[in-house]
Amino acid sequence: MAGGAAGDPGSGGGLDAAVAERLLETMWRIRAFEERLEPLKRSSMVLGLTHLSIGQEAVAAGVCTQLRDDEPVYSNHRANGHALAKGVDMGRLLAELMGRAEGCCRGLGGSMHVVDVAHGFLGATGVVGGNLPFAVGSALAGRLLGQDRPAVVFFGDGAAQTGIFAETLNLASLWQVPVVLVCENNGFAEFTPRSAHTRVERVSDLAAPFRVPAATVDGNDVAQVHAAFAHALALARAGSGPFLLECLTHRLSGHYVGDPGGYRAAVEDEAWRARDPIERLVRQAAAAGWFDAERSRAAEAAARDEVEAAVAFAASSPFPDLGLPAELTYAR
Amino acid sequence: MAETTYAATIAATLAAAMRADERVVVLGEDVALGGPYLTTKGLAEEFGTARVVNTPISEAAICGVAIGAAQSGLRPVVEIMFIDFIGLALDQLVNGAAKAHFMSGGQLDVPMVLRTQGGAGQRGAAQHSQSLESWLTHVPGLKVVVPSSAREVAALLPSAIADPNPVVVVESKTLYFRHETLPDEGVSPEPLGRARVVRRGDDVTIVATSKMVNEAIEAAAHLSEHGVEAEVIDPRTLVPLDLPTIAASVARTGRLVVAHEAVQHGGFGAEIAAEVQEACFYDLDAPIVRVGAPFTPVPLSPPLEDAYVPGAAEILDAVRRVLG
Ligand SMILES: Cc1ncc(C[n+]2csc(CCOP(=O)(O)OP(=O)(O)O)c2C)c(N)n1
Repeated sequence: MAGGAAGDPGSGGGLDAAVAERLLETMWRIRAFEERLEPLKRSSMVLGLTHLSIGQEAVAAGVCTQLRDDEPVYSNHRANGHALAKGVDMGRLLAELMGRAEGCCRGLGGSMHVVDVAHGFLGATGVVGGNLPFAVGSALAGRLLGQDRPAVVFFGDGAAQTGIFAETLNLASLWQVPVVLVCENNGFAEFTPRSAHTRVERVSDLAAPFRVPAATVDGNDVAQVHAAFAHALALARAGSGPFLLECLTHRLSGHYVGDPGGYRAAVEDEAWRARDPIERLVRQAAAAGWFDAERSRAAEAAARDEVEAAVAFAASSPFPDLGLPAELTYAR
Repeated sequence: MAETTYAATIAATLAAAMRADERVVVLGEDVALGGPYLTTKGLAEEFGTARVVNTPISEAAICGVAIGAAQSGLRPVVEIMFIDFIGLALDQLVNGAAKAHFMSGGQLDVPMVLRTQGGAGQRGAAQHSQSLESWLTHVPGLKVVVPSSAREVAALLPSAIADPNPVVVVESKTLYFRHETLPDEGVSPEPLGRARVVRRGDDVTIVATSKMVNEAIEAAAHLSEHGVEAEVIDPRTLVPLDLPTIAASVARTGRLVVAHEAVQHGGFGAEIAAEVQEACFYDLDAPIVRVGAPFTPVPLSPPLEDAYVPGAAEILDAVRRVLG
């Protein structure tokens, strides 16, 4: 299923106008949010390591917009897009990234620990690979509690080299729990290309030995991501075992805001810019007659307005009380 | 009075918890077969393998699965067969379980229990004999329970399972098959964080944990024959620690010995000693003395291991030192 030459709009299969518009809006919200994060981080308004997913928005949008609030998502360190697409309020997300009291985690977590239980966003994780078994446990709980809802976990291609990835894949398969493992294969782990970390070409190649069905799609084609995830989700909702969906993509920004960047000379950003997932959807939409470029500009403008409102909200939110850490170290 | 053992009390307590609450599940290597120490004996027969889940040898993922399950409504009790293997699960425990409530601003709870066991004296050698509980006491967000008898298992394990936080229960393999009698009416659950005064005395306080409680009782009986009355306190939970009970005792006796089986250097005894000297400095009549294992890995060879593991003799020696 992989492929799509630079500039190939793809088929747009499986989408209709309403779904395509929702995906467009979601991708613009992520893009606008993260483009604004960069200067906020550089001016130290936004705190801590800030991993942007600019260029990868199609994966978050194609996956999370299909999930109900009671279908949990576990995310990794590059979590903003997943969180926004899963329904986390932008203002509360930004307030969290700024360490404010009205942040979704009351300012205690920050960008690598965003959680919003009400929307089933059970959380970002700062330890690469550490989130993988949580999703299996959550899916197992769902099954034992008689809830027909799967769990979803995002991970990068770098996480596939952790030991816990293999342990998790084996458990998910052994117990046949309804979990969808979504890999964002952006070809890099921090500053190192995938080829320097493993001789395994595709992350989906790792699924077969565990007898886990898998697919690899062009992760910059939101229609492909949407269709492939719809298939995986339908299986999981029907109570089938795990599925691994690998989305080939590329981050158009550094590993984190302010990273050394030198390694990126080797990266073909230009070729990937031509595969920008937003522009691609716009071309597909024009060909299919769903909407035109004007609609995209309107979605962008609305997203940028939402971001400015979020900045105003977050920047005016107070810092938390000094007693909060002691209050929340243990649940009562 | 009912005859039982520590191991049988674990199985019985787990069974009672599973009967009372459908959300309680047990996960671990060979747990459906009772495990090597029979601590989960009979559970799979009564509750089925959907709730008594055998796992492959994947300590990290098992712990992570328990965390995810706990965050989604179950009350998992996960077993790590030997505390020596806790390193494999430590990231999950420390970065996942311990911090989820905090980092989520209080949204997530992780009501899980991690049962494991330590202790030397069974020729298990250096990788199957350690007492590593102090590692876990250094992590805010975890509770650490160290039951010293079947009675304490019956009192504390239900509270650990009911707790909304991740609780590590460190059992002692050397206690598993000691015979004990428990009251016929059973033992009621007791809250975590309360020490138990096991023996009253006014001359010296001995704070002992896990299997060292029995050693302290033995030492105290011996001291009593020589006119010295030792107060023996079992903290029962290291986190949270019941400092007031310990400090009140030391304020009265003026002397403290802290005894655990773990390596003395960097062990939890150092924390107790430090907290007591801050709370009771002017009540102390002698320096606090710690009893623990030497700073070497646990040796295999019987004479070496026997010399390595601290017991009543080392406690007596320490008491003589604080009595001056
Ligand atoms: C266990 C662990 N080791 C190292 C790191 C430092 N680190 C943060 S992100 C990252 C790269 C992760 O690569 P990948 O999983 O492919 O995700 P990507 O950053 O490409 O989205 C590394 C090594 C970490 N956070 N956790």
